[in-house]
Amino acid sequence: MYLQLAWRNIWRNTRRTTVILVAVVIGIWSMILLGALMRGIAVGMIKNGISTLTGHLQIHYKGYRSDPAIEHSIADPQAVERVLNKVLPSGARWTSRVRVNAVASNARHSSGVTMVGIEPSSEANVSFIGAAVYQGRYLTQQDQNGILVGEALRDKFETKIGRKLVLMSQNTGGEIASRAFRILGVFRAEMETTEKQFIFVTREASQIMLQLDTGISEVSVMLPGKPDNPDAISELKAALPQDQFEVHSWRELLPFQTAYLRILDGFIWIWYLVVFVAMGFGIVNTTLMAVFERIREFGLLKALGMKPWWILREVLTESFLLLLSGMIIGNFLAFLSIYLLSEIGIDLSALAAGAEYAGMSRIIYPAIEAKDIFMANGVVMLLGLLVSAYPATKAARFIPVKALAHI
Amino acid sequence: MSIDVKMAWRNIWRNPRRTVLTICAIAFSSLLLVFMLSFQFGSYETMINTSVKIQTGHLQVQAEGYQDKKTIRLVVPNPAAVGEILERIPHIQAFTFRGQAFSLVSSKDRTYGALVTGIDPIREIQVSRLKKLIRKGSFLSESDNNQALVGKLLARNLRLELGDELTLLGQGRDGSIAATVVNVKGIYSSGIDEFDRSAIQIPLKLFQNVYTMDEAVHEVVIIGESLSDIAEIKRSIELKLSKLDPQMPLRILDWEQLMPGLRQGIEMDLVSGMIFYFLLILVVAFSILNTFLMAIFERTREFGVLMAIGTAPARLTKVLLIESVTMTMIGIFIGILMGCMITLYFQTIGIDISGASELLSQFGISGRMHPKLSVLSAVSGPLAVFIITFFAALYPALKVRRMRPVEAMRAV
Repeated sequence: MYLQLAWRNIWRNTRRTTVILVAVVIGIWSMILLGALMRGIAVGMIKNGISTLTGHLQIHYKGYRSDPAIEHSIADPQAVERVLNKVLPSGARWTSRVRVNAVASNARHSSGVTMVGIEPSSEANVSFIGAAVYQGRYLTQQDQNGILVGEALRDKFETKIGRKLVLMSQNTGGEIASRAFRILGVFRAEMETTEKQFIFVTREASQIMLQLDTGISEVSVMLPGKPDNPDAISELKAALPQDQFEVHSWRELLPFQTAYLRILDGFIWIWYLVVFVAMGFGIVNTTLMAVFERIREFGLLKALGMKPWWILREVLTESFLLLLSGMIIGNFLAFLSIYLLSEIGIDLSALAAGAEYAGMSRIIYPAIEAKDIFMANGVVMLLGLLVSAYPATKAARFIPVKALAHI
Repeated sequence: MSIDVKMAWRNIWRNPRRTVLTICAIAFSSLLLVFMLSFQFGSYETMINTSVKIQTGHLQVQAEGYQDKKTIRLVVPNPAAVGEILERIPHIQAFTFRGQAFSLVSSKDRTYGALVTGIDPIREIQVSRLKKLIRKGSFLSESDNNQALVGKLLARNLRLELGDELTLLGQGRDGSIAATVVNVKGIYSSGIDEFDRSAIQIPLKLFQNVYTMDEAVHEVVIIGESLSDIAEIKRSIELKLSKLDPQMPLRILDWEQLMPGLRQGIEMDLVSGMIFYFLLILVVAFSILNTFLMAIFERTREFGVLMAIGTAPARLTKVLLIESVTMTMIGIFIGILMGCMITLYFQTIGIDISGASELLSQFGISGRMHPKLSVLSAVSGPLAVFIITFFAALYPALKVRRMRPVEAMRAV
């Protein structure tokens, strides 16, 4: 019965209720929307990081991570492949790569790059490069002299498809090996640094150039389902000889993104609290006024024998219903805006260099995480009830005779 | 005090609880804005200063086109002449000359590509923080001939220790092969991985010898006395440069042109900050609108009586606006005061950011973060709050004019 009573009480003063509803709605809406955008930036950053030659996890020869040099190569990739076949869940994809620092040069320019020797077909399933070539064509197994360069690198080197590019790097013997390649395709990446840093050749070509035989630098794995899979990592660690291999998850491989993720939750919390405090003053004020306006009514109720805590409950129920209605509308609006934004995203191309400086993608899409939504609503409801407790106790403490005498 | 002001003041304090809550809401948002803006500006200044002091300087004089192409052929042929010009321009704190060439760098068993920079050991100290970043060994001195400074990550990749030999192999200005052997004298760490992984410094004299530069350099790096002087210094240098040899046109670039990523990064942070502040102010505005609106509903009878005894609606509006403006002003005043105090406190103490240090050191922010209070950061946020609350109060204040005395007096 008192739910009904509370509901009717709310709508006795439509104007006041509408104004406070709008305040709650805007609060919730801005909390969820901004939270989703911040989360979206993180999701974009991580997706980007994973697809830029990281993968969900990587296997290296021991010592490679702290000293990524050619002598820390995996000499027998077949042994690793056998383990992968046995241990990883079905649906996992992987590829092996040669990855070394090199110097690229043509007649006019030279610059430090990372030479990546890939297996064209399996690489396409794992990293961004499979779909990134926009001019010319992707590598095939037969392209022994073909090379893919990024758009930014091509422009910097003032070259084009069909031209030569010489790569120099240290081979297994410690000597400088060099080899000329012909540009087969130009790729675009989310970030300009990626376009400038990586150049792709076939794995075999790089192995011949570096006298690596069948050796590789790393195996990159994409797991089915969620990126985090500690079971797969521990199983892999158990199955691979500890003294030869190291297995790292993307969280270890992308410290920058992981650090951002770690402080993101803190940011979102602060934002929620700040919005709530701004909104909270309004809630207290309005509830307080509503209570004082009805001082006679509460006096009468009390005179009729209503217990103080009943009144307390009554006022809190009204606040609860108000907050609930505000939350429903606010959530609806927030999801609507997120839905609309998820189609187009927020395009930061105009500030591309800035986005890149902060390690962000050029277009950010909002991302919903259940945790954030739950937190936003929880903060509003819990704290909302908490601050309404103040006017509610005031109402419960009215002395009937005095309250009835009040004009 | 006119009767209107007096009336407004007394009205405000008729319901002290409500007034205090409203003032608190305004003060809270002003305080928050003052602090956040100071924090943002402080971090920008730190970012700019560290990047500038480690990498580019505030301003650089370069050959036309060098910034885009970084080709060794595009040089400043007569640095002494440029130096003479700079000596005579006010507000320049220091300047130095640098030469740069991309080269292969080999240690006993490793080879990497790196950017070799020739620096003037004496002048460099006044311009860059490099000397303070040395973690092992020491900085170059004037008498050093074949010594080098190496970034921490590059040293690790090359497996270098102090005193180890390092072979540089690159291309000279005239197209010949440039090669020399240097010893590692110092290893530095700036925290910016990109820089620590790819840079090596040798004395400028050696650089000019090895890369057949003669007297030429690639960059004349200038540090101004403060960020705000840069535009003026740039103008006066530009004027003088045009009078130099027209055969080899020189250009002056400021830090925004030298590091477009940094400027845009700051712009982006500002834009996202603005969205944040806008939403915050919007929420506050509704809170306040709510309170003002309620206050007026509550006093419907009072307005009815006032109008019935002949008060002009315009005067009522005026009184109401005086009420709201007074409340806003008190709130903003308290907010600015407390905001400044809190900001100043953290400005001297600094904010511990060790939780995010991995992230922020890449932007050149390390250790503690210091917000920076300025007139702009102290005033602009609260001003926005003032404008918005004024408009929030305008609606109820104007609404009063449409009241009819008879109906209003009957309202409960």
